[in-house]
Amino acid sequence: MTARFDATISTPLDAFEHKHLAEVHPEAWNNPESSGPYQLVIIGAGPAGLAAAREAAALGARVALIERHLIGGTCFNTGCIPSKTLIRSASVYAEMRDAARYGAQAPADIRVDFAAVMTRLRRIRSHLTATTSVRRLAASGVDVFFGHTRFESVDSLSVNGQVLKFDKALIATGARPHIPDIPGLKQAGFLTNATVFDLTELPPRLLVIGGGPLGCELAQAFQRLGSRVTIVQDLPLFLQHEERDAAQTLSDAFARDGIEVRLNTGATEVRVEGGERVVDLVSDDYRSTIRVDAILAGVGRRPNVQGLALEVAAIDYDEVRGISVDDHLRSSNPRIFAAGDVCLDGKYTDIAEESARIVVRNALLGGREQLSKLVVPWCTYTDPEIAHVGMYVREANALGIPVKTFTVPMHQNDRAVTDSEEVGFVKIHIREGSDSILGATIVSRHAGDMINEITLAMVADIGLRTLAKVIHAYPTKTDAIREAAMAYNRTRITPRVLARLHRWLAR
Amino acid sequence: MPDLCSLPDDALLDRLQRGAFGYFVETMNPLNGLIPDTSRENSPVSIAVVGFALSAYPVAVERGWMERAEAVRRTLLALRFFSDSDQSGSPTATGYKGFYYHFLDIHSGARVWQSELSMIDSALLIAGMLTAATYFTGAGADENELRELADLLYRRVDWRWSQDGGGTIRQGWKPESGFLHYGWEGYSEAIVLYALALGSPTHPISDDCYPAWTATYQWENLYGQDFLYAGPLFVHQFSQAWIDLRGIRDHFMREKHSDYFENSRRAVFVQRKYTQLNPNEFVGYDENCWGLSACDGPSDEQPQVQNERRRLFGYAARGVPYGPDDGTLSPPSVLASLPFAPDLALAALRNMLLRYPHLLSHDRLTTSFNATLVDRDGQPWMSPGHYGLDQGIVLMMIENHRSESIWQLLHGCDYLADGLRLAGFTGGWLQATTTGAMPR
Repeated sequence: MTARFDATISTPLDAFEHKHLAEVHPEAWNNPESSGPYQLVIIGAGPAGLAAAREAAALGARVALIERHLIGGTCFNTGCIPSKTLIRSASVYAEMRDAARYGAQAPADIRVDFAAVMTRLRRIRSHLTATTSVRRLAASGVDVFFGHTRFESVDSLSVNGQVLKFDKALIATGARPHIPDIPGLKQAGFLTNATVFDLTELPPRLLVIGGGPLGCELAQAFQRLGSRVTIVQDLPLFLQHEERDAAQTLSDAFARDGIEVRLNTGATEVRVEGGERVVDLVSDDYRSTIRVDAILAGVGRRPNVQGLALEVAAIDYDEVRGISVDDHLRSSNPRIFAAGDVCLDGKYTDIAEESARIVVRNALLGGREQLSKLVVPWCTYTDPEIAHVGMYVREANALGIPVKTFTVPMHQNDRAVTDSEEVGFVKIHIREGSDSILGATIVSRHAGDMINEITLAMVADIGLRTLAKVIHAYPTKTDAIREAAMAYNRTRITPRVLARLHRWLAR
Repeated sequence: MPDLCSLPDDALLDRLQRGAFGYFVETMNPLNGLIPDTSRENSPVSIAVVGFALSAYPVAVERGWMERAEAVRRTLLALRFFSDSDQSGSPTATGYKGFYYHFLDIHSGARVWQSELSMIDSALLIAGMLTAATYFTGAGADENELRELADLLYRRVDWRWSQDGGGTIRQGWKPESGFLHYGWEGYSEAIVLYALALGSPTHPISDDCYPAWTATYQWENLYGQDFLYAGPLFVHQFSQAWIDLRGIRDHFMREKHSDYFENSRRAVFVQRKYTQLNPNEFVGYDENCWGLSACDGPSDEQPQVQNERRRLFGYAARGVPYGPDDGTLSPPSVLASLPFAPDLALAALRNMLLRYPHLLSHDRLTTSFNATLVDRDGQPWMSPGHYGLDQGIVLMMIENHRSESIWQLLHGCDYLADGLRLAGFTGGWLQATTTGAMPR
């Protein structure tokens, strides 16, 4: 009998963690004494806040950046960076077990050293946070404040009681885990993205509640690290915003990994019995109970709008949707803007950063840049990865735009076959009757890298006809994109064109 | 075997069609006209299979395989059963709101397996009832009763209720938990369901329901084919067992300069290309051995294959190109492609029968086989017994290929024609028929 899983969570304060904290929230930090007025005050030092601070400082603006907790926000501390680090370790174990697939010998005894995985995670997080060092920010001309913020008027706020005047402000407070309202969950204890990366011991049995991007990524990573993972999702498929075939491919991949997939299923009650967490599940009329050692919940996100006294500054907001902004990211108070997770539906680091840069240009330079003009890709880093840019077919249909999709399954791509990675596809959606790209979904290992080519084409207004002319190194997976473009070219050879061609060749 | 393969095409098809009809004759419960889902012991009734049986009787009469009076008698047995059935919607009833539970006890007709009240399977059953009513137009008391019952059973279906206040028809409902909380996305076999639901003079679905469903369609260029994507073959077949979709077009198909019949033909090309590419390297797959569709499967209890982890499925809708694909093929889905691509379907069928003679027993095709999974004697895994759905679709599609008689017959079903018009279909034979007399 193995010892019971230790469910207490606290980050081991090792050398990496000390370095990390010294960079992102030094204990001895003294807030600047300045009271402004600032040309731009930024609340929140996550990806959006940092991008804005750097951009504004580079322009020579007088700028203040206020952070409540850690510089770097969710992405660096409890989001993208630690999760991708963990996923890489997990994929190594998956490949070891699957070695025979590549004609390689699987190690006889594969034992997961979870402590080593998490040490690597903290080392890499600490290494990368050097780029978001508080001192470096301060040296670049940003006044960095730590503390709690609340608005005092339409053009002032306070940090731990110290009042700062501003001409313009940017709210970039991000989002926090949304805890589902399941009876007994809070009492039983659970992990969120904010705590899961502090685990030092692998939970033997893990229940993941919710099939959004982070839930899917972590479910697969923990399964591959040796947990027996069950994932429940109260919908027919994972990743509800992605297209059906992408989500279906992911469901199949999960099943292959041995994850217990429970779709159309919700958790109704949690209780603790003999140190185990006992969870009641329901799918329509089918009820069941599972026993696990840990529960990962709260992988959905809610905007951080509380405690800021937004009403005092006449800023409209909603607890679920966040701060209301127009297409220029301006709130109901014309001096105050918002960017990133606190106001956007797409809660991704790249969108957060880019929206913040727009705010800087609109707020400080009188720009009229629009969020809706951005072409933003995103990716869920499961295996296979699921990446998307632009419109979905259903969105085009809803707008009455005739849409046609050029699909290339990865099993038609030589490199995918040589790598035994045939799962997935490239789908490029075009406006029918033209070669203009509306959007694309790529499902494949490294889809996140592949999607960038489509994004480039969309931003540069390059259509499929031109993409078909771009020679791709052979054999590469991105060649599947050119293959889709060439399929488009073939559809231009109508019977009439073909007849003319035949006549000409037969001269 | 297979002496069948030495027969010329029409004789071969005649044997297979008659073999398929035999399923309904042999398995029917003589007391209530209900037909089991499969030929296996203790199989419950599938209401859709009853719909296929009701559609098969007119074919059998025309082909001289069954006396008209006997066909009417069998049809009436089933119609009377449904007419008298418990419609309270209780957990052990037969139906609710004019719909029926998917699986019923063959003796009592009560719901089994906690199955859902199924909208699509009810529609296939109703389509069978209307087929019978359109065919049996005799003046005798029995045929009169048959038509009256079919009309009553169609008119009492509350299609509007099945929207649950939403934009599209829900998949199902259970007394224990209400509507299944997920709907349909993408092209599916539901055109016949929507046509029946729109054509209802009593409880039609709302006018925006069909556009809401087709808004989830995906028009894709895959393997050089432009087509309305759906992975499993049966999706491309079921509605067209009854409805002649040649040359009539809804808004979507008008925009794409295609029609659903042509689309099903292209689906055959896509299947052939996929099995030719055979990404998972399954045994047997090639351009003349295809048929990924909804069918039985070997499930996970089978031994591991070639030291490689393969995932096996039981009854599942297999599809191309995204799967699921576990090496299991459905021969009936090949035969049911006959009207769309006769030469390709026959070439594949003959090839598969020559290669795997055991696919056929009593002149009926097994629902599925898996040549990658072999037993000690080297025989492929084969689903035991027969499935009623397969026999039904095979019988009807052979008939539509041979004589088009079911399609022609249902040109005269005003409910269906009205439903198609309300869904926005125009052109072709719809142009030539007049709008039904039912006031809306």
